[in-house]
Amino acid sequence: MMFGSFAWDWALDGWIVTTGILCAISATLLGNFLVLRRMSMLGDAISHAVLPGLAAAFLISNSRSSLPMFIGAVIVGILTALFTEWIRGIGKVDEGASMGVVFTSLFALGLVMVVQAADHVDLDPGCVLYGAIELTPLDTIPVAGLSIPRSAITLSIVTLINALFVSIFYKELKISSFDPALSTTTGFHAGLIHYALMTLVAVTAVASFESVGNILVVAMFIVPPCAAYLLADRIGTMITISVGIAVASAVLGHISAVVVPTWFGYHSTSTAGMMAVAAGLIFVLSAILGPRHGIFVKLARRHALSWRILTEDVISLLYRLRERNDATIPNRANLQAMLLTGNVATRVVLGWLTHRGDIRSTVGCYQLTDQGETRARSLVRSHRLWEQYLVSLAGGTVDRIHDKAEQLEHFTDRQLRERLDAETETPQIDPHGSHIPPEK
Amino acid sequence: MNYLRATILVTILVLFSSARSVQAQSSIGLQPGSLTDRAITWPTSEQWRRVLRLEDHNSRVVVLGTMLLGGAAGFVGSFTLLRRRALMGDALSHATLPGIALAFILATAWGFDGKSLPILLLGATVSGLAGVGAILLIRNLTRLKEDAALGIVLSVFFAAGVSLLGVVQQMKTGHAAGLEAFIYGKTASMGAADAKIIGVAALFCVVFSLLLFKELKLLCFDEGFAASRGFPVVMLDMALMSLVVIVSIVGLQAVGLVLVIALLVIPAAAARFWTESMWRMAVIAALLGAVSGMLGAAMSAIFSKLPSGAMIVLACAMFFLMSLFFGSSRGVIIRFWRRSRLDRTVDRQHLLRALYELLESSHDTKHIAADTARSVSTSELMAVRSWSQRRLKHEIARSRSAGLVKTEGDQRVYLTQTGFAEAVRLTHQHRLWELYLITHADIAPSQVDREADAIEHVLQAETVQELERLLEHQPDAGLPSSPHGPTEPVLRNSGKSITRRAE
Repeated sequence: MMFGSFAWDWALDGWIVTTGILCAISATLLGNFLVLRRMSMLGDAISHAVLPGLAAAFLISNSRSSLPMFIGAVIVGILTALFTEWIRGIGKVDEGASMGVVFTSLFALGLVMVVQAADHVDLDPGCVLYGAIELTPLDTIPVAGLSIPRSAITLSIVTLINALFVSIFYKELKISSFDPALSTTTGFHAGLIHYALMTLVAVTAVASFESVGNILVVAMFIVPPCAAYLLADRIGTMITISVGIAVASAVLGHISAVVVPTWFGYHSTSTAGMMAVAAGLIFVLSAILGPRHGIFVKLARRHALSWRILTEDVISLLYRLRERNDATIPNRANLQAMLLTGNVATRVVLGWLTHRGDIRSTVGCYQLTDQGETRARSLVRSHRLWEQYLVSLAGGTVDRIHDKAEQLEHFTDRQLRERLDAETETPQIDPHGSHIPPEK
Repeated sequence: MNYLRATILVTILVLFSSARSVQAQSSIGLQPGSLTDRAITWPTSEQWRRVLRLEDHNSRVVVLGTMLLGGAAGFVGSFTLLRRRALMGDALSHATLPGIALAFILATAWGFDGKSLPILLLGATVSGLAGVGAILLIRNLTRLKEDAALGIVLSVFFAAGVSLLGVVQQMKTGHAAGLEAFIYGKTASMGAADAKIIGVAALFCVVFSLLLFKELKLLCFDEGFAASRGFPVVMLDMALMSLVVIVSIVGLQAVGLVLVIALLVIPAAAARFWTESMWRMAVIAALLGAVSGMLGAAMSAIFSKLPSGAMIVLACAMFFLMSLFFGSSRGVIIRFWRRSRLDRTVDRQHLLRALYELLESSHDTKHIAADTARSVSTSELMAVRSWSQRRLKHEIARSRSAGLVKTEGDQRVYLTQTGFAEAVRLTHQHRLWELYLITHADIAPSQVDREADAIEHVLQAETVQELERLLEHQPDAGLPSSPHGPTEPVLRNSGKSITRRAE
């Protein structure tokens, strides 16, 4: 039984999933703009860099209470973004490199500070700031008669702030992500919105570390927006889709964290980890199956194009053979040899042409029908008109033009042919001396 | 469960076991004096001597190991930095986690020792390479950019690893503690065997990238060109990323996750400030990496309370800051100096041209040369250009000491013979460019002054000759007159009378 060991408990699973969803939504909302600004790694950088903030907050306040730690971490998170920008600006260092320099240095500084502090009193930032999502239902606060997990409340506030920020400054965020210079010239300083975004990223990251651990939030900054980026072409759609993906991966992640390990005889595993993995799987699916930019669709489109070109090559070949008064009527093997194509492609194409009524087969040999001949004639006409054009107007030499014309003939419609005909002053014979068939 | 917590805990527990005894003593009671316990005790000269002359076997091994690692990471890091993928080390070192966990699970399930080094290294390598593959697939098959590919691989692989570790913890044989030490490094307890592995890996990376130096360089600077010349770009990309995987894995288990990222990024970024040549940059980065490794390890050996991993990163950061400011090629100071030198040149040229044009406006063009002694007042100069009083004064003083102008009292300036020749040359250039813009770039005469102003300071002698040829202007025919002047014959019939410097 697949879900045999899984009994949904609203007081427990309900809150875990709710917290996960809130964290995912708040991170994803901002993540869309991080991805568009090519700053996807910022979430990861901040998650390492906040350490000195924690240590400093502890050394200054000498307590392990949540608030000073939170403030310290947020300040250092913002400083990470500031330093990155600063080094990038004055040192002309690549964005990624300056981020790498800043967060590793800050982390090392934090380590040294933690060691100094740990000598004094046992400081384990893990207890203070780094939570685990499985434990959220245990730490509750009574609100209006209900006991609601503290982290759910924190994250609802953060989600609300982020949603407000994105909806109020939607236009500004959009312009400054795509064209910072334009944003500045239209009177809205791109730097300002940048730093507002960075501040919120730091707040979201730290608030999420505290309640649900950092793996989830680092993944949610990047993965759902990237998946949505492959599915949508407009930024509004992208944000909507990414929020949907975030919610779906939180739900799926929790269920699979409880269910999947039981298949192999273990109990549950890390919920936050599985939520991120679920987001990763959704990303893979949308990369492969996306309706417009998916790998599958791209491959199919390329195949369809190559087959269409092959059908046109087949009928124009048959036309040319007949034009040369060649008595042989080719069979499939002949065609395949002349067109240098594979077995499968030739079968598919001949089948399609027969079905469409462009050719007919008599005992395995293929001949053009009237309909096919019309079609082939316009192709050959396109080819030869292009050759004429390339020689007379584009300065091509006779021995070089065939390949070019061979490509262009497949993308030439009647209107373009008429134009070519007019430009080349209605020639009868192409540069190779072949007759140019008239339009019918 | 949470890797940051684990990093901190493990680093504290493993790296500073010596510090813990001190902690045990001081935590008996929080006496007021305990605050001063945080201060680092100054080591005796005996300790200095022992560390600096590498007399301890242990510190010798650690220093050597970190030096080798720093060198190799710096060398490989230069390529990834120039490829604009500095954070690749970050992504790939995180991507090794699921491999390590899976190797442990499978090896235990099949009855091997799950914690044997070769098995874990194999697992790490396989999943690191899977990460490389994923990055390349995302980059080449979708429309996502480099940074997004790195971010996705980092977070999803790492999360998968954490989930697998969640399973490992429930295994009957699961003593995952050793695994975490493997993942998060143990610099201080680095043994001779570790140093040997690092040495071999470092040598391999450096030799490999030396053999492919030209190809990798081409890949970093112009991928498209490399592809068009028939280089196997994807294979080269793969090779470069595999080098990063090797460095990260070796570094990961020797010195920890964050340190290895730092060694891959910071020395290379610092070296970039010192040179424009790829070859020199790689060598400088390797040196900086090695020296930081040595410094950091030595510091933590001398001051026993300082964590060596963090000290190495901080040494790197110090070198980076120094290079950022003092770098001889792209450092902030040298760039500032170049900039201000250019500013001064521009100011001088503006002054000379302004003097000439003021002379010209009050005289018949043909008689200017004879009348160099006529002076111009500073208030007139102030009026022709938007410069501050102070700036103008400074420039006049500088030009005077260069022998280009002379001053009468405080208010009047006139050109010397040399200054006059220079001013003629500059005005000539400016007007040539204006004429060029008007005749060949179809820009309205009222618009050209500002554009010519931007370009006149950087015109080379050959360009001026080319302009003269193009405009069929004889150099000995004197100056072309200003296109803005109403007496200009070419423009007279255009009916436009343009006032000079409308601003």
